[in-house]
Amino acid sequence: MDKGSIFKFKKIQYLLKVAVILILAIPFSAFSQENKGSEKKEFNPKEVILEHIGDSHYWHIVGPYKIPLPVIICSDKGLEFFSSSVFADGLQTYQGKYNYKLVKDKILAVDAAGNEDLTAKIYDFSITRNVAAMWMSMAILFGVFISVSGKYVTRKGKAPKGLQSFMEPLVLFVRDEVAIPNIGHKHVKYMPLLLTMFFFILISNLLGLIPFFPGGFNLTGNIAVTITLAVITLITVNFSGNKYYWKHIFAPDIPKWLYIIMVPVELIGVISRPFALMIRLFANITAGHIVVLSLISLIFIFNTLWMSPVSVVFVVFMDTIELLVAFLQAFIFTMLTALFIGMAVEEHHH
Amino acid sequence: MELVKPEIGLVFWTTVSFLILLFILRKYAWTPILASISERELSIEDALSKAEAAKDEMARLTNENDQLLKQARIERDLILREAKIVKDQIIGEAKDAAAKEGAKMIEKARVEINSQKAIAMADVKNLVAELSIEIAEKVLRKQFEHPHLQDELVADLLKEVKLN
Repeated sequence: MDKGSIFKFKKIQYLLKVAVILILAIPFSAFSQENKGSEKKEFNPKEVILEHIGDSHYWHIVGPYKIPLPVIICSDKGLEFFSSSVFADGLQTYQGKYNYKLVKDKILAVDAAGNEDLTAKIYDFSITRNVAAMWMSMAILFGVFISVSGKYVTRKGKAPKGLQSFMEPLVLFVRDEVAIPNIGHKHVKYMPLLLTMFFFILISNLLGLIPFFPGGFNLTGNIAVTITLAVITLITVNFSGNKYYWKHIFAPDIPKWLYIIMVPVELIGVISRPFALMIRLFANITAGHIVVLSLISLIFIFNTLWMSPVSVVFVVFMDTIELLVAFLQAFIFTMLTALFIGMAVEEHHH
Repeated sequence: MELVKPEIGLVFWTTVSFLILLFILRKYAWTPILASISERELSIEDALSKAEAAKDEMARLTNENDQLLKQARIERDLILREAKIVKDQIIGEAKDAAAKEGAKMIEKARVEINSQKAIAMADVKNLVAELSIEIAEKVLRKQFEHPHLQDELVADLLKEVKLN
């Protein structure tokens, strides 16, 4: 596929999604504002959606059942470990080295009056729902690929079979369609990174689409995860950069007086490329989750069962699109990483 | 804004976990998998090129066989032709020899016949001579029994002789 057309296609898709989010966001905020005045506790889709796509210190199973996850707090007073069950869904505070309170799934240090204690420097390293989900995805990846790898040893020289024959085309796809066309003969060194990225993003996207426990998390739609992946790309690209890459940034073949403009532009380019990766993955996956949850919320907003067929039809439609997006985003992220690496290791300058 | 604010905890755990995932999968999954795949690809390529070479070899052998067959056929034809020539020659020679022998035998027979004939003729001549002499003797004896007849004859003879 042509690289330019991918960018264009992604841009259009991205714009469409932003438009959908904006359209959907306006009525929700209107609803939530209206509801403030009423006596009965009204359904607030914004809250529900934000809770679902955000991170949490609990892993929700079904109904009132949830798994409390371990909390790890690193503060200026040292490390602390405790279970998130101590907060009792944010109703109670917990007296550790500081007095902690769970507000909107965030742990804050509070003073005696219950207001945020801004003097306390606390960093939350908790095993949140996303961390746990990430480990689950990784455990699946370990299980799948180490067993597949074992198959290559036991079935040496034979045709692939079972799970192996399902995974091999994907591995070959990453190698033949992503790595080799973009990086060339130096691709071997980058294959582990590209494959790990591709399968990690793919499995996280797919598990996130499962609406019930243990799926339904929004891992690849979390900015912290996408920023980490983007930074890994940034570091890999810049550590792979050869003299032509750096010459292109700091000493391009243009009149000297243009350097004052071109060098900062190129340096912005170095940052903006992984930045775009981060935003693209985050926005696509989050947008997908928001759209699906919004469509489900319609039933509760209209407060009638007659709305459900409409919602279900649209949700099924969205889910099929999200299935495509799950593969597409994993592909795009890996593809662009390979492209940037390819630009950095290219031998001749243009 | 909560959504686009990366949390330090998740960044930390993602970094640690992703790097561990990367290193473990690289060691235990990607390297062996990619090595096996490329090994298999090489073996397939090798097998294909070998098959191609075998096909070429086969074609070459078939060609050679054809050549050999053709040559053998030519040789066979040559041998047959030679044999035919030899046969004809032998037959011709035999015929000549037989004819010569026949002629010789005929000649011999002729000579034999001639000699036999000559002998027979000689015998016949002798017999005739003897018989003639016998007859002449008898005639003469008869003649000389009567003297007057002798005289008469002399007279006749004398009459016949013309004195010139």
